[in-house]
Amino acid sequence: MTSASLSNRTSTYLFNHPRLVLLLLLLPPLLWLGIIYLGSLFSLLAHSFFAIDDFTGKIVYDISLDNFVRLFSDANRAIILRTVLMASVVTIICGIMAFPLAYYVARYASGRVKALFYIAVMLPLWSNYLVRVYSWKLILAKEGVIHWLFEALGLGWLLNWILTLPVVAGSSLSTSYIGTALTFTYIWLPFMVLPIQASLERVPRSLLEASSDLGARPGETFRKVIFPLAVPGIAAGSIFTFSLTLGDYIIPQLIGSSRPFIGQAVYQLQGTAGDIPMAAAFAMVPILIMAIYLTIAKRMGAFDAL
Amino acid sequence: MGGVNQDGVAVSFREVSRHYGAVKAVDGVSFDILDGEFFAMLGPSGSGKTTCLRLIAGFEQPTSGIVSIHGKDMAGVPPYDRDVNTVFQDYALFPHMNVLDNVAYGLMIRKVPAAERRRQAEEMLEMVALGGFGGRKPSQLSGGQRQRVALARALVNHPSVLLLDEPLGALDLKLREQMQVELKAIQRRVGITFVYVTHDQGEALSMSDRVAVFNQGRIEQMARPNELYENPATAFVAGFVGVSNLLAPAVAERLTGRKAHCSIRPEKIHLAAPGATAPANAMAVEGRVAAILYLGASTRYDVALDGGGEITVNVQNRDQHAEPAEGERVLLWWEARHLMQLAG
Repeated sequence: MTSASLSNRTSTYLFNHPRLVLLLLLLPPLLWLGIIYLGSLFSLLAHSFFAIDDFTGKIVYDISLDNFVRLFSDANRAIILRTVLMASVVTIICGIMAFPLAYYVARYASGRVKALFYIAVMLPLWSNYLVRVYSWKLILAKEGVIHWLFEALGLGWLLNWILTLPVVAGSSLSTSYIGTALTFTYIWLPFMVLPIQASLERVPRSLLEASSDLGARPGETFRKVIFPLAVPGIAAGSIFTFSLTLGDYIIPQLIGSSRPFIGQAVYQLQGTAGDIPMAAAFAMVPILIMAIYLTIAKRMGAFDAL
Repeated sequence: MGGVNQDGVAVSFREVSRHYGAVKAVDGVSFDILDGEFFAMLGPSGSGKTTCLRLIAGFEQPTSGIVSIHGKDMAGVPPYDRDVNTVFQDYALFPHMNVLDNVAYGLMIRKVPAAERRRQAEEMLEMVALGGFGGRKPSQLSGGQRQRVALARALVNHPSVLLLDEPLGALDLKLREQMQVELKAIQRRVGITFVYVTHDQGEALSMSDRVAVFNQGRIEQMARPNELYENPATAFVAGFVGVSNLLAPAVAERLTGRKAHCSIRPEKIHLAAPGATAPANAMAVEGRVAAILYLGASTRYDVALDGGGEITVNVQNRDQHAEPAEGERVLLWWEARHLMQLAG
């Protein structure tokens, strides 16, 4: 039996057993998802029910809900609220900035312009995350270009007044929540633009013509046809921006008021404090919030047009 | 409402052109569509018929010339301010709305109260034989059903002119024939002017009161279907509407003595044994059968004429006629009045 005919026979055998092919293809990713991903997630969940011995620092494997009770202390509640608010604000700004851009590209751009758009949107993702965050720290600093621009335009008083407002107050943009939000928006914007653009791309021009033909002005066509059909894209994009902001621990540490976010809390608890169980409990918060978020989005019909 | 205008003209084109750069999609076209008429715009793809439809709908603006609807110049009037509705080639149903909301869309935009628009939309769905389908999504319907929803969605607004852009193009043959009959019946019932774009000459002939044949951005001929078929004005029309034997001037000269482009319909020609006598007043020519195609209802013979040229003959299979075999000699004859002289 020559090797050629062996490979022929293998091909024929696989052709006649398509389910075996499917199994062979799916086995590695399924193992990865099942063991590495879901397994560690389960281990994380399990650890959140344990505690550490304050004296030895060792994990005590007694199941209790103490960690979850501690999550609701005033300090921790503030961390969670701060993070969720920031994630919401970043998601909304990303949505507002991304939609017109995505709409333009899906509706009007073609060929070279579209290629340029993809490069422009993806380009920031090709450079180092930390470099980009530090660049923003420089841009937002008191001596940075934004402060300089406001001064140059004679609007320095406006920026300074904004920076005295409650909540967002800071000595400069780089130490204010405004700076944190701006940086988050910049970093996550591509994740909002691309899904929206993909969803708008799928809306045929004839639907807009039909709406106009049936008497709808452009504004009505937008509200009744374009926007509803873009909602799955907006939902997908917001899942990215929202969850990525919830979990990030670098940006709020480098830019902003230096009050902690969930990611930093987890980082400090498992690192400096060595309290793995409490860190695990904290890590459950974004998962829980995302579950609630997706449920609400589904209830509101965000995925009906899929 | 599709009111009858005093001058009876629903849509009028005056020297209308639509150019895209160097491409003249529509090139100086003038015609009138009458109130209540079933008007077909027939032509191959790229002939300008769809552009003309889009000029009426308002999706395109003419480069020059005047498009008017019921006497009003439509220059600069957007689609949503025109009293016309369109049935799109791809139906363009809103995928996120159910059938009832799709049909009621125009009424909703015009702020008709919810109960009233529901009643009207259901009534219109009944008319297109889709009563009870209101709760379904367009994706749950078949092609023919979507087509009816698109029709209902346009008709529910009682436009003065209904524009149909190849509405039956995506349907299979049986369904298409059935819809042709239904569309014609619906048009009679509602009395609205239908402007129907198609590349299917059979569709245009069977449904329309008048047909405009488009070619390269211009109208070749505009006439009633039988006139178009029996008296095509140009070689293009003769070739595009039905099947024709186009005779080159040299061949025609041999047969008739006149040197001009001529055409003869395959079904007008009689087939006889060689040497048979043709009736007086008939034109006759002998030839040899080059090919035979059995088509079911009829049989097609391609006959190579003595002295050059080929003529296709269509013989109805009414009964078992004496069939010449391939390669046999035959005599062809036809009444002189059936030979049509063409303009170009």
